[in-house]
Amino acid sequence: MYEQIAQNKRKTVALIVGALIFAGGMGYLFGFLIGGGSFSTSLAALVIALLIAAGLSFYSYRYGDQLVLRASRARVVTPEEEPRLHNVVEGLAIAAGLPKPAVYVVPEQAPNAFATGRDPEHSSIAVTQGLLGMMDRVELEGVIGHEMSHVRDRDILLGTIVATLVGSVVLIAEFMLRWFWWGGGMMGRGRDREGGGEGFAILAVVGIVLAILAPIIAQIIRLAMSRRREYLADAEGAMLTRYPPGLAGALKKIAADTTPMRVANNATGHLWINQPSRIPGEDNHWFENLFNTHPPIQDRIRILEEM
Amino acid sequence: MIAVWIVVGIVAFVLLYGVYAYNRLVRLRVRAENAWSQIDVQLRRRYDLIPNLVETVKGYAAHERELFEDVTRARAQAQSASGVQDQAQAENQLTRTLSRLLAVAEDYPDLKASQNFLALQEELTGTESKIAYARQFYNDTVQSLNTRIQSFPSNIVAQLGRFEPREFFEIEEPARGPVTVQF
Repeated sequence: MYEQIAQNKRKTVALIVGALIFAGGMGYLFGFLIGGGSFSTSLAALVIALLIAAGLSFYSYRYGDQLVLRASRARVVTPEEEPRLHNVVEGLAIAAGLPKPAVYVVPEQAPNAFATGRDPEHSSIAVTQGLLGMMDRVELEGVIGHEMSHVRDRDILLGTIVATLVGSVVLIAEFMLRWFWWGGGMMGRGRDREGGGEGFAILAVVGIVLAILAPIIAQIIRLAMSRRREYLADAEGAMLTRYPPGLAGALKKIAADTTPMRVANNATGHLWINQPSRIPGEDNHWFENLFNTHPPIQDRIRILEEM
Repeated sequence: MIAVWIVVGIVAFVLLYGVYAYNRLVRLRVRAENAWSQIDVQLRRRYDLIPNLVETVKGYAAHERELFEDVTRARAQAQSASGVQDQAQAENQLTRTLSRLLAVAEDYPDLKASQNFLALQEELTGTESKIAYARQFYNDTVQSLNTRIQSFPSNIVAQLGRFEPREFFEIEEPARGPVTVQF
């Protein structure tokens, strides 16, 4: 557990440094293309990109949880509105020896849940309306135990930073792709007439490749962070509740449910207890598999049942 | 000369270890005290719920007088109990009478359907599971504290610092899964 916390801190720092290098490189390339190879323009673009990336990193550290909660349309609920959920969250916070996280509900019918925040003192747990309606108390405790383990192991900070930084990388990549498609293409033609087009075309190709590569890089980062972590949170959650069948039962219900989730997206998918799906019914759709950050739910159930 | 340095080194090492072990013991003791006060908070919350619950059940099942008296007596006993052992015994007694009180609701459909009763039942179940979780955290902490106090070499530091092993809080677990009431 302490090893996991230390590892998460290292990974968070590495991720931010990596994001800075990546942003710097992209900025340099972008400036190089706009300035037509001028060094000072490239350097200026690099500095601007670094500043933006640094600002973004700080923002996602400080306000990433709010961003993620808003992106999921989560709403704060009071103990009067959801007494059972509040009681269960408070109980498991006591079991883990942590302060009680803020409690949110996501207006979705698919059963799912996630935790976010920068540390246990600033953490939030969100569950969908569908999960509340579907799970009995013991199963709900299983799910919240899993999320509480993410909070305790500081998985939430890494997950939130990945969501916001990776989300912005995907955004920038899409922006670049579009720029090359429309603006870039025209400028290329304009320069062609001046005769210096060949080098520019090569760079444009490199830029496009990078823009295509960016989401793939983002995927690799996410794959690296999620799988083992989910098994660990399952095991630790079961240890908190001292009742593995609770979480196993909840995962079974989640696996059996095929309701699609409207707020599901590729930037926050890894945060949820189970990979949310926008495509109903088809578990093994190739497009979903491309963004797969979770171990197969059947394996998770089997391991819990063997405990 | 080398011998002197070796002795100095050993003394420094022993001192450093002593400071480390002492601080760890202090941390565990503080954590155990906090955990105990967390149990206390939840137990009090349960005492506060009981009069309300009894009144609500009375409204529908007034003739179960004996049961109400049992519950009130068990609550008074639990409140006045002192010491970890006595407290645990009194709480167990209270838990048993309370589950009898809840089981009565099975015979009175009006009571079972009452919003007030359902809210109180949720509050009671929630509080009882919080008591169980607080107990779990307390006992885990006490276990690490007692292990440190008794095992070598931290036991020497524990003796010098007058650390006392703490008692475990042994209460019955609330039932998991669907509860079946047999008559």
